Order: sequence, then structure tokens, then C-alpha cells
Amino acid sequence: MFVSYKWLSQYVDIADQTPEELAEKITRAGIEVEGVEMPAAEMKGIVVGYVKTREQHPNADKLSKCLVDVGEEEPVQIICGAKNVDAGQYVAVARTGAVLPGNFKIKRAKLRGEESNGMICSLSELGIESRLNPKEYAEGIFNFPNDVTPGEDALAALNRDDAILELSLTPNRSDALSMIGVAYEVAAILGRDVKLPELNPVEADEQASDAIQIRIDAPEDNPVYVARVVKGVKIGPSPLWMQTLLMNAGVRPHNNVVDITNYVLMEYGQPLHAFDLDRLQTGEIVVRRAEEGEKFVTLDNAERTLSAEQLVITNGQEPIALAGVMGGANSEVTEQTVNVLIESAYFNSQIVRAASKAHGLRSEASARFEKGVDPARVQASCDRAAELMTELAGGTVLSGSVIAGEYAPEPKKVSITLDRLNTRLGTELQMGGVEDIFSRLKFTTETNGDEITVTVPTRRGDITIPEDLTEEVARLYGYDHIPLTLPEGESLPGGLSPYQLGRRVVRRYLEGAGFNQAVTYSLTSEKRAAQFSFEKRKPVALAMPMSEERAYLRESLLPHLVEAAAYNSARQMGSVALYETGSVYLNEGENVQPKEEERLAGIITGMWQEHLWQGEKKAADFFTVKGVIEGVVARLGLMDRLSFQKAAPEGFHPGRTASVLFDEQPIGVIGQLHPSFAKEVDLKEAYLFELKLDVLLNAARKDLAYVPIPRFPFISRDIALVVDRTVESASLEGIIKEAGGSLLTNVHVFDVYEGDRMEAGKKSVAFALTYVNLDKTLTDEEVTAVHEKVLAALKEKADADLRA
Amino acid sequence: MEEQLRGLQEEAVMKAAAAQDLKELNDVRIAYLGKKGPVTEVLKGMGKLTAEERPKMGALVNVVREAITKAIETKQVSLESEAIQKQLAEESIDVTLPGRPVKLGGHHPLTRVTEEIEDLFIGMGYTVAEGPEVEQDYYNFEALNLPKGHPARDMQDTFYITPELLMRTHTSPVQVRTMLKHAGKGPVKIICPGKVYRRDSDDATHSHQFNQIEGLVVGENIRMSDLKGTLDAFAKKMFGTDREIRLRPSFFPFTEPSVEVDVSCMCGGKGCSICKGTGWIEVLGAGMVHPNVLEMAGFDSTVYSGFAFGMGQERIAMLKYGIDDIRHFYTNDLRFLQQFSVHE
Ligand SMILES: [Zn+2]
Repeated sequence: MFVSYKWLSQYVDIADQTPEELAEKITRAGIEVEGVEMPAAEMKGIVVGYVKTREQHPNADKLSKCLVDVGEEEPVQIICGAKNVDAGQYVAVARTGAVLPGNFKIKRAKLRGEESNGMICSLSELGIESRLNPKEYAEGIFNFPNDVTPGEDALAALNRDDAILELSLTPNRSDALSMIGVAYEVAAILGRDVKLPELNPVEADEQASDAIQIRIDAPEDNPVYVARVVKGVKIGPSPLWMQTLLMNAGVRPHNNVVDITNYVLMEYGQPLHAFDLDRLQTGEIVVRRAEEGEKFVTLDNAERTLSAEQLVITNGQEPIALAGVMGGANSEVTEQTVNVLIESAYFNSQIVRAASKAHGLRSEASARFEKGVDPARVQASCDRAAELMTELAGGTVLSGSVIAGEYAPEPKKVSITLDRLNTRLGTELQMGGVEDIFSRLKFTTETNGDEITVTVPTRRGDITIPEDLTEEVARLYGYDHIPLTLPEGESLPGGLSPYQLGRRVVRRYLEGAGFNQAVTYSLTSEKRAAQFSFEKRKPVALAMPMSEERAYLRESLLPHLVEAAAYNSARQMGSVALYETGSVYLNEGENVQPKEEERLAGIITGMWQEHLWQGEKKAADFFTVKGVIEGVVARLGLMDRLSFQKAAPEGFHPGRTASVLFDEQPIGVIGQLHPSFAKEVDLKEAYLFELKLDVLLNAARKDLAYVPIPRFPFISRDIALVVDRTVESASLEGIIKEAGGSLLTNVHVFDVYEGDRMEAGKKSVAFALTYVNLDKTLTDEEVTAVHEKVLAALKEKADADLRA
Repeated sequence: MEEQLRGLQEEAVMKAAAAQDLKELNDVRIAYLGKKGPVTEVLKGMGKLTAEERPKMGALVNVVREAITKAIETKQVSLESEAIQKQLAEESIDVTLPGRPVKLGGHHPLTRVTEEIEDLFIGMGYTVAEGPEVEQDYYNFEALNLPKGHPARDMQDTFYITPELLMRTHTSPVQVRTMLKHAGKGPVKIICPGKVYRRDSDDATHSHQFNQIEGLVVGENIRMSDLKGTLDAFAKKMFGTDREIRLRPSFFPFTEPSVEVDVSCMCGGKGCSICKGTGWIEVLGAGMVHPNVLEMAGFDSTVYSGFAFGMGQERIAMLKYGIDDIRHFYTNDLRFLQQFSVHE
């Protein structure tokens, strides 16, 4: 909403406020002023000129040589390139030394041998967007009507010396979509009166009801329709003051009748429409729902196919307007129009919104209906327009309005106690102060003891409950005056849940291990949605995505981590270690919330350790990732429940990938990115992991208790076993643990050998076993007895021989 | 005999002093003090002496032994010291060469900001509530006083999955779910961090995915001044004790009254490019919980009142670290991420 300072000052006294001061006050009271534009500030030296003579430039077809009276003794010669320049015109002249927007300085010049002492300006050269210029001047220079004097300030004559406040309105403040609405707001802020236009249209004897009949067939959508008839208008341009104020408000001038409807729309916030009464032909107006598939040409000459969800104004036979949105070409006011019907109606916001959405038509009118207009202004706006048509278009207003329907909702009464008001705000306001605020808003009040009852005018449809009154008081009292306190009452211990704490522990562990945390998008392409997913479902799709790249919900964090690694690797950062914690979304069926699982995923590629000048390098491999995962699980104290099993899911290297098991249940995957896929994204060897973090965090231990440090020495025994190549170390370890019983406290692999010195198909795996008894010193005999059992079990279950 | 002993002493002391290394020195020790050495030999000859001479000579032998031993020990200390000096000189390194790197990972800046804010509110007695990112229309909109067709729904362009399911546009549905769990009994004091989604085209200042932290306090006597005091404390801890806050009236369907909260700029009000010359930076939206929202969540709005606020981690991180493009947060460029590995 653009608010002209000059226009606004007709309704409320703001003479003592600079536009900037006013803007600041409006913003602090609740309507954000996004900017204050002062067009004249970037211009100077522009006066009204009278073109005395115009002749063809001797050396250029497209230029004119003009003698222009600029209010000085001698006229000046100006060369002008506009097609429409002619003798007898009053024009805007930028004199030599003038400045136009964009710091464009006008200098004395010679154009094709002829001297030019200035420039005759178009409206866009004076900073008015060309979409707002009256059509006849959009392509050339502007002509003033004849009531200006050469030499006078052209910027003042064009209202360019105005200040334009750009209001950014929240959806609740549609009351400020009019000059009068803004005037009420400003009056409340400044504590002043609002001066409304005085309405006394002079009416002829002829009855409007003889000229037109109105019927509403859809009263739900259109509770009231008011029309006035103005006869004998003379279509022409509206006066300069009206055209320029409209342009300052962002509205393009057309002709006097259309400009008047737009002027009243901006003034009262009530959309009006002017029909050519004679083109209606039937003398009748019927408001009804459109028929399904009914065709209608709007005044932008587009044919629209209507539906039964849209409301039309008809002449009893065919549509003449799409209610609240746009008029029809068949009833539009033209230069030949003599008799006009002014429509002022209240259309339901839903029906207007539906039509405006369906046809992609948003107008000043539809925007206001959609947000709800003030029913109390329907009649006044119609009267105001009729009066202006007498004044500015020479018309005669017929007697009375033709009214169909009735809609005069009672102003709402809302009550609040002073105590409630003060306890909600934390203030100590007195009743007098509260009453004063409402009187500044021009709300009437009634006080009964501690309770104040406010009658809210219909223009403020946003105020319906006591809290709304609280807000009005707070914003006009000023938030700066509200004290700073903290909530009273019982104080709660704050904190993170064990789950949230566990998540932080995992993050810190990984960061300590050298991983940087990544955050990637949850939305992805169809192709990536289920890529690397170890629990594949039909990916969840957005109904109306913005792009194919962000159309599905991810089932795995890995695709975007791979993308991030490739991004870095393509930028000379070959060693990458990234992790992410975040949700994946698993389809649970139509209209059911997907199952959201929190996952932990990571990628490593390049060097895991690198010490350049000492020549130490260690590339990341499967066991790097495995070690990291084991570290995470060990940190959570859950190692005894973790195991790995060879697996070959899609996208991974089939020989270097494992399924991660927790309590024997799969909770993730770790492995090498499949080399052919790695090649596709230009990555070298890369290792990935993804785990169900939620399972781990929910299982986190709560039983940490001290176990005494063994007081007796332990005995170590190393064994090297020869087994088939295919035997997994974990199975050997399992056999050892089972046979070793309670005396065996630790067992781990310390060497693996496959090579020349082994028999084909065999390998050697060496284990270190540690025996201890917590209660007494172990004897060699006791250990030997157990150790023999271990060796026997290994032979029996895994055909493992001791290496010679 | 006495002469002989004196001569031995002189000889041994000289040889010890002349020893080049510990081995030579040891040879001297064996040569003069060993079982077959000359001093022992002298002792063996004591039998020929008179009873009077014997103790005198015995004492002299001891003096000579001690003198030789002392000379050897002195030399030994000096030789050992030389040896260690030599070894240390050989072992000397260039301490300015780079150390063996221990990899340094770090939080994503959004996590950094989130945890900082979480900890700050935890210190004020808040707990952290989380909830689903794919939400039902009911929790994201309807329960927040935004029925279907409400014009304010346009303020938040939404990714719908079905007409009833959507990507949450704010973390407010977590507030609703938490209030419902409380079954009409206060107090509630939570903050809700998490990812949210809007149907926006990604550019330097817009992202279809971003993060929010919202706060909610519901109790029997919660006032607007409590909101102001809480946010003032937050701003001072987050941005510095010299910062001030300013409330401007605004509109959100789920709060009444509603305010935008500005924090004074680090330029101290002089005006700069960050605050666009105003001296204030818009950081939060807030307000008193709308009675409809309280009622729908099972709280008696005549007994209970509450305040809520919300802010975006991206915006705060951008302000705090001077980041100029929101897309940096989601590109995961290591040259960006690594800058946030350091403690501050
Ligand atoms: Zn600043």
C-alpha cells in the first residue's frame, strides 16, 4: 500500500510531522513502513513551459525545434525527440542545469547543429513508472491541462513534491488498505481527529430505480449491492490533482469516470465498478453464481471459462462482470459513454478469492474483498463517487440509490477488565489511560467498575476478543514502556534429555576423530531418494515440488553426503571426512505421517592420516570407518551388543561392505562406495556408513558402576591358527570366548597372514588371549587346562591348526 | 714403600686424568685398584713391616686408594657428561617443523548456534522438545489458529505431500504436541529447535530448508513483560551485554498481541550496512499465545497465559559470523565448515 503524504493530509493534520517522523511512528505502532520515497528530492530545475512554436529540425527527421516560454522574458530553444510535441502545449521542462532521477544532469547542447537549452520531459523521465503513466503520454512527453503558468514549479504541479510511504501490511490490518483507514491509524498515534469527506450529492428528480432493477440470486456470496446512476457524463481526463495522486498511490489514470472509482477505492477501501448503463441494454442487474463452463470476456479482452464456484454480475442474460475481480468488455465505460451505473457491493471474501485464484487475476479490488471490506462504507463510497462524477465529469445523479439485500452488521462489543489487561501485559495502567487509548482509536467505551466494554467499529474487523484489545492498548501505550520481568512461580530444572545428550556425545566424538559436520537437504530427486537406503520403501513425494531436484523425501543421508564429498574433491580438497545426523523419512502409506528415523551417516575419502615431511600417509579404508563406528558405539557403552556381517547392498563394493548389527538386528551399513558409482561422481576410493542413531541413543546405558581393578596378575598366551581363507576372524573369536569361559578376559587379533609361505587357500590368524582370576593368582596349570580346551574347540569347530 | 705408594698415586691420578673414554678409565681402575693391581700388591708386602709401621702404612694405603678412586670418579663424571652432551647434540631436532597432525573436525555453524541457544535457555530452566518434520495440517496450522482458507496461510508457502500432510513450516507444531501432552496442566517451558521448510526459491537470502528455534512458556500468570525480560536476557547473552531489544507490534495468527523483536546493532546505533542504517536488526518474532491456541491444546485460557517466540539459526549465524549467503550452510564446502572448528 502506497500512501501519499499529501493525500493523507486531507483527512488528518500531519503538518507538524515530517514524512520520516510519521513513518517511524507508524512503524513503531504496528504497521511497518518499508520505505519513504520523496521523488522531488532527486530532481531540480524542472518548470512548466509553454511550447510557442514547433518546427522540423533542419537536419534530423525525428527531431523538433521548439521555442518554449519558461516564464522568462525570452523563450528558449529546445530540441525535442518526442513524436507528440506540438505548439500550444504546456509541458514539463528540465532547464539547463536541471537534475533528473539517477543524477542525470541537463546541459546546454548542440543537436545536429541546433542549440538546445534544456529538455522537455516525459513522466517516466520524472520518475513515474511508465506502467502508471496515462496511456496517451506513456510513449511521449506529458501535456499539462491549461491551468498552469509557464515558469511555475512543474514538480509541485505534478505532486512530485509529495512523500510516498510504502506500508507493508500484515493480513489482519486490511483496515489500512485505504487513505481513510490509514488516517484513523495516524490519528490514533498522534491523538488527533479524522476529517471525513462531506457527502451531499445533488440529485435530480428522476428516480434511479426507474433506470435500473437489481436482484441478488446468491445472497450468501453477495449480501448487499448498492447502485447509483449518473446520467450525462462527459468522458475526459480527470483533473491533474486526481491523476497525480492516483499515480502516487500506484494507480494508472484512465479517464474521469474510471479514475473516480479508483480514487474512491483508494480513499475508502471500498472497490467500485462503473458500468456503461446503456450497454447493459436490459435495465437490470442480476447477481448469481456462474454456470459451469460459462464463457465471459473480461475487460482485458481475455476470454474466461467460469465455474459454479465463481460469482458473476449479469444483465439478466449474460455476465457483465466477474464479481469483485474484473468488469467485462461488454459493459466497460468508453469514450462514448454518457450514462453510468456505479456499483458498490459487499462480496464475500471466499468467493472473490476463489475467482481471483482461478483466473490468476489480482486487482486492487480483489485484494480488498479477499481481506474483507468494511460494510459500513458501501453506501458512503457510492455517494462519494456519484458526487465526484457531478463535480468532475459533469454528470447528473439520479435520485436515490438502488439497493438489493441488506448487510449492516452491528459493531462488536468486546470487554476486558483492567486487572486482566495489566496482568497480561505486566503493566500498571489506570482506567483513564486505557479509556484514552480507545478514544484515540475512535472506539466508544463504557466503563463498569474494573471492566471496560469497547464498541469496535466495523472497519476494524480484526478486533474480536479481549486479547485484541490488549494489543491495541499495548501498541499505542508503547512496548518500550512495558517493564522487563522474568516468569514467576515454581522454577523448573532445565536440561537435555538423555537422548539429546547422547546425540551431542556422538557429535563430539566424531568431531574429535576428525569429521566435520555436514547439513544437507532433506528433499531430493526421485533417483536419489532411495539411493543407498538399507530399508527401501516407495519414497514420499511432494505434491507440488519447486523442482525435480527437490521433489522427494530422502530415505538415506548418504546421497547428499556423497555429493558434498564430490563437491569438495572437485575443489582440490581430496581428503574429506564428513558426517551428518538427521532424519530420513520412510513411507508408511498414503496420508500417514512417514516414519522419521534419526540417522548418523558419514563419508571418508582420501588420506586418513598424513604427515608430509615425515612421509607418513595412511589412506582411509574399510577399517578406518569400522574403527570410527566402533568408537561411537564404545563411547555409548554398547560395544558388547554390536556385530558386523558381510553384505552387498546396492551402491556398495560387494567385497568390502558389512551390515551393522545391534542385538543381532540390522541397524546400518558400512562399506566402500561402489567403484563404478564413485567414478560416475568423480570420487576416488570412498567409504560410507549410515546407522540408526535413534536405536543406539535409545539403548544408551544407564547402569554405569565401578568394577574393582583386578588385584592378581594376568597370564597371556598367543596362538597363531591356520584356517581356510574364508573363515572369518569373528567366528574364531566366538569359539575362543565360548571355550575360554570366565577366566578369559580378553582376546584380540594381532596378526593376519595370507601369502607365499602359506598353503594355497589357507591363512594364518594370530590371537592374543589374556587369562585372569579376579579372586586369586592363576596357576600355570589352571591356564593350560583352559587353553587346551580352547585349542580343542578351535580344531573341532573351525578345523584350525596351530601354526608350526 | 711409602715412596712407592706415593709414586703409584701420582701415576694413577695422571692416567685417570688422561683417559679418553669410560673404557680407558675403567682400565685405569682395574690397573691400580683391581685385585691384582699394585696397591693391593703393596698391601701384601705389609707383613714385613713392624707392628708400629703397619697401622701407619695401612692408613697411607687407604689415603692413596681414596685419592685414586676420587680421581677416577671425577673423571668419570666428566666423561659421562661429555658423552651425554654428545648424544644430546646428535639428537637435536628442528622444532619449527610441523607437528604430526591430529585431525580437527567441528560442528556445523548451524549446530553451533543451535547448541549455544539451547544451553542459554537450559540455563533459564527450559527443556528441549523435538518433533516430526513431516506434519499433519492440523498441528502445523489448524491448532495454531490457522484454519483452512485463512489468508495468513499465504504468509508461509507450504510444501504439501497430501492435503493433510506437509513439511512443517515452523517448529510450532512441537509446541502444540507438547502442550497436549501436558493435558491442560502447566507450567510448560520449552524450546523447540529443528529443520523447517518453505516453498521458496533458493538464493542468497532464501532457502527452502532452514532451521528455527521456538520457545514457549505457559503458566498461570505469564505476562508480556516476562517475554520482554526473557528476550532481553537472551539478546544480552547471545550478542553482548551492551545490546538492547525493541518490540514492534506485528501479526501472527497464533499470538495476540504479536511483536517483532529487534536487537540493537553492534554499530551502537550509528547505523551500518548490517542494520541498513537503522541501528536495529530484526531477529525474532514473538507474542502472547493466542487463547484459541491454548484452548485447542487443552489449556483453560482464563487461567493460563503464555508467551512464545521464534528465531532462525541461519539468520543468527549470518549476523554473528558475517556470512553473506545462506546457501553456504547447505553446500558443505570444507573451506567453509573448517572455519567453525575453533572454540570461541
Ligand atoms: Zn548497524
